[in-house]
Amino acid sequence: MSEQATARYTNDFLREVEKNVEEGHWVKMCMQCGVCAGSCPLGSAWAHPPQEIFMMIRAGKREEVLTSDSMWMCTSCYNCMVRCPRQLPITHIMHGLANYAHRLGLSPKGQPTQATATLFWNNLIKKGRVNELTFSLALYFKDGFVQGIKNALNMQAVGFGLMKAKRLNPMEILGGHAVKDQAGLKAMIAKAREIEDRKKGFAK
Amino acid sequence: MSASIATNQTILVVGGGISGMTAALEAAECGKQVILAEKLPTLGGRTALLYRYFPKMCHPVCGLEINLRRLKGNRNVRVLTMAEVSAISGTRGDYTATLKIAPRYVNEKCTGCGDCGKAVTAEIPNPFNYGLDKMKAAYLPHGMAYPQRYVLDPSIVGTPDGEAAKAACKVGAIDLGMQEETIELKVGAVVWATGWKPYDAAKIQPYGYDRFANVITSVEFERMCDPHGPTGGKILRPSDGKEAKNVAFIQCAGSRDENHLRHCSRICCMASLKQTQYVREAWGDEGKSTIYYIDIRAIDRFEDFYQMVQRDSTVSFIKSKVAKIVQDEKTGDVVLHGVDTEGYKRYATPHDLAVLAVGMEPSIKGVSLPADIVLDSSGFIETAGDGMFSAGCATNALDVNRAVQNATAASLRAIQVINKTASMEKA
Ligand SMILES: Cc1cc2nc3c(=O)[nH]c(=O)nc-3n(C[C@H](O)[C@H](O)[C@H](O)COP(=O)(O)OP(=O)(O)OC[C@H]3O[C@@H](n4cnc5c(N)ncnc54)[C@H](O)[C@@H]3O)c2cc1C
Ligand code: SF4
Ligand code: SF4
Ligand code: SF4
Ligand code: SF4
Repeated sequence: MSEQATARYTNDFLREVEKNVEEGHWVKMCMQCGVCAGSCPLGSAWAHPPQEIFMMIRAGKREEVLTSDSMWMCTSCYNCMVRCPRQLPITHIMHGLANYAHRLGLSPKGQPTQATATLFWNNLIKKGRVNELTFSLALYFKDGFVQGIKNALNMQAVGFGLMKAKRLNPMEILGGHAVKDQAGLKAMIAKAREIEDRKKGFAK
Repeated sequence: MSASIATNQTILVVGGGISGMTAALEAAECGKQVILAEKLPTLGGRTALLYRYFPKMCHPVCGLEINLRRLKGNRNVRVLTMAEVSAISGTRGDYTATLKIAPRYVNEKCTGCGDCGKAVTAEIPNPFNYGLDKMKAAYLPHGMAYPQRYVLDPSIVGTPDGEAAKAACKVGAIDLGMQEETIELKVGAVVWATGWKPYDAAKIQPYGYDRFANVITSVEFERMCDPHGPTGGKILRPSDGKEAKNVAFIQCAGSRDENHLRHCSRICCMASLKQTQYVREAWGDEGKSTIYYIDIRAIDRFEDFYQMVQRDSTVSFIKSKVAKIVQDEKTGDVVLHGVDTEGYKRYATPHDLAVLAVGMEPSIKGVSLPADIVLDSSGFIETAGDGMFSAGCATNALDVNRAVQNATAASLRAIQVINKTASMEKA
C-alpha cells in the first residue's frame, strides 16, 4: 500500500506513542471491542477507560490524552489485560502513557497517584531503601501542614500497630538505613535513566 | 466385519454431515465406490439440529431429504454409522483407515416401530437437543434420522430395561450381545468432513454459562425454537419456564479471542440475525431482540439479510463486546454489563434470556492423523496431503452453502486420485 493511501489512517501522535511509550506499539492492535472498558472496576469513576484512550491516540488527540488523569487512575488490577481478546498489555500501556506524560511535564498537577509516586521515587533513590517514616510523613503533609496533622492523627493507631510489629522504626527519622554501595546505586540509576531517555526520545 | 468391502480404488469419506454426504454422493454419482463413515447413529450432522437455515429461512428437512433420496438411490455408497475413524496411515492410493464401530444393539431388521422405546423406563440426556431434555435409553436420534433404526444406549444393556426392550421387539431386531469392533479398511483416497463442534461456553468465565440457567448457547436456542425440540418450539427461560420475550444475543462468544478461539467463526453473526427472526415469529411486535456485537459480519450476499433485520423494529444493535453477565436471583433476569463503544456509555441492561453466539471449533481433535495433514492455528485442516482432502467445516468455519461447494471440490480431487490409481494398476 502506498504511503498516501494509508496516511489518513495514521497520524503523528500514534507514531509518537508507538515510538516513545512502553508497549505503545500495541495500540494499533486494539479492535475497539470495549471489553476492557466494561471490565475495569473503576467503572464510571474516570474520564476515559483504556479503549477510549486508545481510540483518542489513534484520532491524534495528543493534548487530551497526555493531560488526562485517566492513566493515573489505573489500579493495576489486570482485569482488562486478562480479558482483552487481542491480548494487549493494557495495564502496561496505561502506565507507559502516565510515565510519558509525566516526563513531558503534561500530567495533571496534584493528581494523587502521581504525587505519591513522585514522593516514593525521590525517597527511594536517596539511599536505595525506602524510608517508611519519612515517606509516610511526606505523604501526610503533601497537602499542607494542617491537613498533615489531621492525617497523622487519623493514622495514629495504624502507625503504632506497625511499630509494634517492627514494620516501622521511629529511629528512621535520623536518616534511616541505606544500601552499602551508594556510589554504585547512583551510577546504576544514571545509566538506567540514560537508556530510558534514549528509548523514550528524551536523549539530548 | 471383513475389510473386503473396500479396495484401493475406494474413497473413504469421514463424517456424515451435509459436507460428507455431498462429497460421498458427488463421487458415487460419478461411479466411484465410496464408504461414508459417521460416528453417530445417524447422518445429517449439525445441520439436522438447526430449526431453519439462513438466508432463505427454510427448514433443514428439505436439503437433507434431497440428499437422503440421492443416497438411497445409489448403490456405490456404503454408509457405516456409529463408525468413528480413529486413525489413518499410508499414502496416496494406499491408505489404511482404522474404524471403531460402536454397538447399536439393534440390527437391520428394525422397522422403527418404537415399541422398544415404550418398554424402556431409563432416560438419558438427549445429545441431539444438546442435553436440554431427556430421552428414553432406546431411541431414534431424531425425526430425520438416517438410517431410521433405533439405538439402545449401552447403559441399559445387562439391566432389566435391556431385557424389556428385547422382549418388546416383535421382529427380533435387538441383539444385546453386540460388541465394539475395530476394523481396518484399505482405501485410495480420503475426504475429511469431520465438521465442527460448538465452543465450550463454560470456558468464557465472565458470561457464567455454567452458573446461570438463563444464559444459553446459540445451538441450544436453535433446538428451543424447533417444534420438535425440548420446549415444543416455545422460547422459555430454563430457570422458571417464563416466556422469554426480551432476548439478548452476544456475538463472538469465544471467537476472535486469543484467550479462546482466535478465528472468526463466520456464521454466528448470520445465525444471530436469523434467530432474531425466531423471536419475531414467536412473539410478533411484543418480542425484543438486542444484538451485542463488535462488528456484524454478514458476508457478501448475506448483506441483504442483515439489512432486512436492521429494518425490523423489534431488533436493536449495540456495538459492544459484553464484559460480564450476572443473573438476578429474584427476577431470574440476566443483567448484561459493558460499555457501548458508540459514545462510551456504560450499561447494565436486564434481559429475559441471553444467547451466546458460540464459535465453531474443529472436531478433528483426538483423531490420530498422518503427519502430512497440516492444521492451521485454530485446528482446521489446511492441507491434507497427497490423497486426502478436507471438506466443509473441517476446512474452515463455513455456512451450509459454502460447505457444500467446498465438499464438491474435495470430492472432485478425490476422484482424480482414484482415476490415477486405477490407470496405474492397469498399466
Ligand atoms: C447456531 C448456528 C446456526 C447455524 N445456522 C446456519 C444457517 O441457518 N444456515 C447455514 O447455511 N449454516 C448455518 N450454520 C452452519 C452449519 O451448521 C454448518 O455449515 C454445517 O453444519 C457444516 O456441515 P459439515 O458437514 O461440514 O459439519 P457437521 O455438521 O459438523 O458434520 C460433521 C459430521 O462428522 C462426524 N464426525 C466427526 N468426526 C468424526 C470421525 N472421526 N469419524 C466419523 N465421523 C466423524 C460428526 O459426528 C458429524 O456428523 C449454523 C451454525 C451454528 C453454530
Ligand atoms: S479489550 Fe483489547 S481489543 Fe478490546 S477495546 Fe480493550 S484494548 Fe481494545
Ligand atoms: S488494570 Fe487498570 S485499566 Fe485495567 S481494569 Fe484494572 S484498573 Fe482498569
Ligand atoms: S428395535 Fe424392534 S421394537 Fe425397537 S423400533 Fe426397531 S423394530 Fe421396533
Ligand atoms: S461471525 Fe460475527 S459473531 Fe461470529 S466470530 Fe465473526 S464477528 Fe464474531
